[in-house]
Amino acid sequence: MDTRSVPLLQVDNLRTRFHIPEGTVYAVNGISFSLNEGETLAVVGESGCGKSVTMLSILKLIPIPPGEIVTGSALFRDKDLIQLSDKEFEDFRGDEIAMVFQDPMTSLNPVLSIGQQLTETLCTHLSINQEEAEKKAIELLELVGIPEAPSRLGCFPHQFSGGMRQRVMIAMALSCTPSLLIADEPTTALDVTIQAQIIELVLHLREQLNMTIIWITHDLGVVAGMADRVIVMYAGFIVEEALVDDLYENPYHPYTHALIGALPRVDRRRDRRLASIPGAPPNLLVEPKSCPFAARCNYVIDKCRAENPPLVYIAPNHKAACWVDIADRSTGPV
Amino acid sequence: MSETLTAPTNIPRLIQDEIEAPPLSLGRLTWLRFRRHKMAMFGSVMLILLCIYSIGGAFVYTEKFANDTDASLGMQAPTLTHPFGTDPVGRDVLARTIYGGQISLLIGITAVLIETLAGILIGAAAGYFGGWLDALLMRFTEAMLIIPEIFLLIVMAKEFGGKFPSVAIFGREFSGSVIVIVVIIGLTSWMYLARIVRAEFLSLKEFDFVLAARATGTSNAGIIFRHVLPNCMAPIIVSATLGVANAILNEAYISFLGLGVQPPTATWGNMLDGANNYLETAPWLWFFPGALILLTVLSINFLGDGLRDALDPHSRAV
Repeated sequence: MDTRSVPLLQVDNLRTRFHIPEGTVYAVNGISFSLNEGETLAVVGESGCGKSVTMLSILKLIPIPPGEIVTGSALFRDKDLIQLSDKEFEDFRGDEIAMVFQDPMTSLNPVLSIGQQLTETLCTHLSINQEEAEKKAIELLELVGIPEAPSRLGCFPHQFSGGMRQRVMIAMALSCTPSLLIADEPTTALDVTIQAQIIELVLHLREQLNMTIIWITHDLGVVAGMADRVIVMYAGFIVEEALVDDLYENPYHPYTHALIGALPRVDRRRDRRLASIPGAPPNLLVEPKSCPFAARCNYVIDKCRAENPPLVYIAPNHKAACWVDIADRSTGPV
Repeated sequence: MSETLTAPTNIPRLIQDEIEAPPLSLGRLTWLRFRRHKMAMFGSVMLILLCIYSIGGAFVYTEKFANDTDASLGMQAPTLTHPFGTDPVGRDVLARTIYGGQISLLIGITAVLIETLAGILIGAAAGYFGGWLDALLMRFTEAMLIIPEIFLLIVMAKEFGGKFPSVAIFGREFSGSVIVIVVIIGLTSWMYLARIVRAEFLSLKEFDFVLAARATGTSNAGIIFRHVLPNCMAPIIVSATLGVANAILNEAYISFLGLGVQPPTATWGNMLDGANNYLETAPWLWFFPGALILLTVLSINFLGDGLRDALDPHSRAV
């Protein structure tokens, strides 16, 4: 890992639970990672594995109750976000850290015009007047590639297509030039051509603004093109963390293996069924004591069912949480 | 954002075709739907006429004339000089319905303002914050609901009525009882609106745009008033419109019982109060104020009905 500078964000042992009538949901179970300035970190994993909850916990956007951040710290520069009061957080969110959400169709307020929604953030954080805010809003819309920006300010979200709305969401997130942009599956709800446009847009903006990005996705194809480093999550744990090329070339954890194996590829025979991972993710209502992937793992040994493996370095810049050794694995699945 | 930023050139820009022609605005769409609702159009026209009647009529008759008593002219049936007849103390019924109309409409509208304000604040706080605050506010709302409204009105009117001095608004002298009645009606009718607002907030606060607003650092007050409240304006507008009719009726009830606005200030309600002794002998005493109340309430209900249909986002009919 890059040790030149102090990390921009250092998350340590974050645990989030939700207390619901059926019991306790162990959503995030001791997550630690760090993020350097200017880096793009991808967080991948299937639905419900805690990717979004982790990010929402860092921004304290989970509903409390039923949510509860049990332990953990999230040092942003020198401030522990978890300890900030609600009032302090209001100044912080959207200013230093901004977030883009998954579904652009529902993330914009249907009764407020695009201009109103854009200027609101600007006025909240930059202490500028309405006129300046509008000028800035036009700049932002142009920045994200929306034509005829001045006349678009009065439009309402329902007059925009999904891709345009996501561009607006990105413009809103960028309005205060945040140091960190958290993108929570920003392209999942869009079709592939628009998805490509949005990714290209974010890459372009990253270069221009030297932004640090956390990109949550379940699309490994997207990750390959844009991330520096990847975190693979499963059932609220980080199971593997590696530089992006390293992850694709030498996936260590059986889950990462399976994920990459399940990717549809152009160079594979078309008549074969796509590979899938048998079984379902574990019930998060049970406190995890063993390896969460044990039930679906081809390489499982007795130890996996007894004890949860810690996330350890298996190579420079490459961490994984698995009891099974690579040497054993070379013999193939049991 | 620094000055050096430029719009990206290598990103495919949206072409003109992808931008829809601007569809009808919400206001325009609402108007188109509303216009097709015949009863609602009738109601609106009627209400405009009633407003012209009670405001314009004031230029024909002075208030002094409306309140002028002369027992020798009492109990005249409608004639050319007194088209609606005169009451037992010789006041002109036509002039009194004009000035009474002003008060009745004023009471209706201001009472609804209080009702709406209370309903929105209580409903929004309960729905948005939830938890113990929600439980507390909703139990209070239910407590208010189980007491029959008319009973509350009578008790409060009896308790507070006549304790306030007269005030002058818009150059007119109002009996202090007008303000008491407005406040009482407002404070006894906010419960249904509070429940509507709470229900709207409960569902709207779960929407992604609320989360997105929080993620940009919007405060709770900003989210409640700028993001969520505009989304539930339709039911509030409908409820408030129907509330005006309700407030006018409530004023009529308590004024009829002699607990409302005190004479000489006329309202449609207290004109009926004086008329109940002459139901058969002098029908003009109750017919005209009664008909005006009926017409107003009916028109407002038609209007509210039309607004409900026109503002309903699920209705696709244009």
